[in-house]
Amino acid sequence: MTKKKTKTTPTQRDGDMSAKDAGKNISPEEAYSFSPVDRKRAISLIGAAIGLGAISTIISRIVPPPAVPEGDGTIRNLPQLKSGGTEGNSDNLIRMQNELRRAMAKPMESRRWLMVIDTRKCVGCHACTVACMAENRLPPGVVYRPVITDQQGRYPRQITRFFPRPCMQCDNPSCVPVCPVRATWKRPDGVVIVDYDKCIGCRYCLTACPYGARTSDFGSYYTEHTPEIQPYEQQPTNEYNKSWSREDHGSPVGNARKCHFCLHRLEQGLLPQCVSTCIGRANYFGDANDATSLAAEMARSGNQVRLLEEKGTKPSVIYLV
Amino acid sequence: MSLLQEYFNDRNKVVKNLKLIFWTACALSLLIGFYGWFVRIVDGHIKANYGSIVTWGLWVAGYIYFIGLSAGSFLVSSLVYVFNYKKFERIGKLAVFTALVTLLMALLSIWADLGHMGRAWHVIVFPNFKSPMAWMIYLYSLYMLLIAVEIYFLLRYDFATGANNSTFKGKIYKLLSLGSKDSTEESKQRDKKVVKRLATAGIPIAILFHGGVGALFGVVSARPHWHSGLFPILFLLSALVSGGALLTLISSIFQQGWSKNKGVIIELGKMVLALLLLDVLFQVSEFLVAYRGGIPGHTAGFDLVLSGPYAWVFWGWQGLIGTVIPILLLIFPTRKSPLWVALAGLLIAAGIFGLRLNIVIPGLAVEEIHGLTSAIYSHRVDPHYFPSISEWALTMGIVGFGMLLFGLGEYFLPKHEEKT
Repeated sequence: MTKKKTKTTPTQRDGDMSAKDAGKNISPEEAYSFSPVDRKRAISLIGAAIGLGAISTIISRIVPPPAVPEGDGTIRNLPQLKSGGTEGNSDNLIRMQNELRRAMAKPMESRRWLMVIDTRKCVGCHACTVACMAENRLPPGVVYRPVITDQQGRYPRQITRFFPRPCMQCDNPSCVPVCPVRATWKRPDGVVIVDYDKCIGCRYCLTACPYGARTSDFGSYYTEHTPEIQPYEQQPTNEYNKSWSREDHGSPVGNARKCHFCLHRLEQGLLPQCVSTCIGRANYFGDANDATSLAAEMARSGNQVRLLEEKGTKPSVIYLV
Repeated sequence: MSLLQEYFNDRNKVVKNLKLIFWTACALSLLIGFYGWFVRIVDGHIKANYGSIVTWGLWVAGYIYFIGLSAGSFLVSSLVYVFNYKKFERIGKLAVFTALVTLLMALLSIWADLGHMGRAWHVIVFPNFKSPMAWMIYLYSLYMLLIAVEIYFLLRYDFATGANNSTFKGKIYKLLSLGSKDSTEESKQRDKKVVKRLATAGIPIAILFHGGVGALFGVVSARPHWHSGLFPILFLLSALVSGGALLTLISSIFQQGWSKNKGVIIELGKMVLALLLLDVLFQVSEFLVAYRGGIPGHTAGFDLVLSGPYAWVFWGWQGLIGTVIPILLLIFPTRKSPLWVALAGLLIAAGIFGLRLNIVIPGLAVEEIHGLTSAIYSHRVDPHYFPSISEWALTMGIVGFGMLLFGLGEYFLPKHEEKT
């Protein structure tokens, strides 16, 4: 529907015609009475429309559409935005991306990933949760980054705050030592990862994480009780720079899964999907060892907290409140 | 009434009927179990109800239950073979056999719980000795080996003498004797020495591995319900209680049943009563400390136990059936009747399963961060858990498998002789 937005009163909402005529200010009797001239015009209009439709259908069958859409207005010809250049620190996301590429040029041991989440900027839209699920093709029940709603006080004296909760990538992770088969460990760059091929699926790490940051893949699909499981759910996921197909109970089905700061995107010089997608720009991501990076700068704020510090896990995710 | 008396007087008839009931129950459990295992193999975990909050369910509770029975009955058998406690001598072999069967049941239960059953060998090849789970796995592997060898040496003499028989049983004995034909009195004495050494080595291993199972839960600081120094010890105590209780039941059925094992059953009853009272004391201590401390995270699990949706598991199953009634049965004059004591054993053994469920599930059924389960809409991220039909069916199958092994053992394995 490409109907233009017009001011409609409740009585005018039930028909298209009334909406079309809304600007003309016609009385109801006039609007619903048809003169012979009107009828003739209507019939000829309908006839013309049918004819046009038939001709255009025939033409579209004969002439193949261009393989690649071209010309003004297509996505390939969008003008460069003057307000935000791709160079320098003109925009937080671009600055962070440049810093990320700089960090990726260093050896893995000398970078240490850090995420800062400004809860004052988070609007609770859950876009990061959804973007993460799309990026990593997460099945039902597997969520790497839920947004937790926290309400303080009672209406009307109340405030609602949002805490996105990725994996804290702890410096002293409680999930790593409990793994009986050494299938999970902390990389030198600070990210805690899971070896899907080694993990036996005992779920001990899930119980040991005080943040509930690990979820297990039980092998279900969102569209499994519909006529067919949709192909977009069966596409392999590219986590850890590999292709993982979930078909026939293959890994990662039966494994513990968790946020890995989109390592496969970092390899391509891209920010984690949750950072890129955040409409409030509430996320800062970068190398803690690079003192000039935006994330490191934000991590020096005085109004910071870390979740459940008393557990001694030393999280790498910082919240600004 | 007279009919009933007449019925019980005809002992052969009773035994025959009991055997019929036993084998029917065994066959039914196995049949139901086939469904559970079929679903587990074909659909994986889809039909199971645990998730990412309640990460472990019925199968893990079953695992710690069965493995507790194993450790408990092994420790009872060590009273005979290490400490030379004559009163239990009649059921020594039966106790070791029980330890082996229940250990196999436990391993089946935890194997089904793995996300990748085909990778179970990873635990032996890539162990991480910082994990209590790896310690537990290594210790129970050692324990299994030890029991198997101990059983061999316990029964070798009987196998060797029985192998000469040309009946079907004789052939089985020949196979089980592993080629040993030495049926002299000296070899019997040598076997006895070997058994004593193995049983002695088995005591620390059984204590370590079952304490290790308790530690596996106790070390998890993220779940305050488990995070207590009493936990490993509570596991051991419950293991002794459940193992002893199961043995009272088993010795009233197998090895000539209650009429011959009367003394053993009554003696076991006394031991189980003492252990059960100690177990209750430990549990009361856990509750008192948690509630007097009053930290919400710590009491949340206990709240679920006492007044959650499955509080009946605590009050009815674990409390009334598993604790109060058997304690009364073991205190009142019924303690002198082997059948009543065996019934108390059955109730305690069943009640401890409720206790195991109450360890695993309420400890997990609390969201780690307030608001986590409302942030994710999925039945896998939900503190509410009740085992699914296929989960129950699989566990039934494991019980049926255990019954089958017991039945075959009763039929094939040599019985205890009156005088050794």
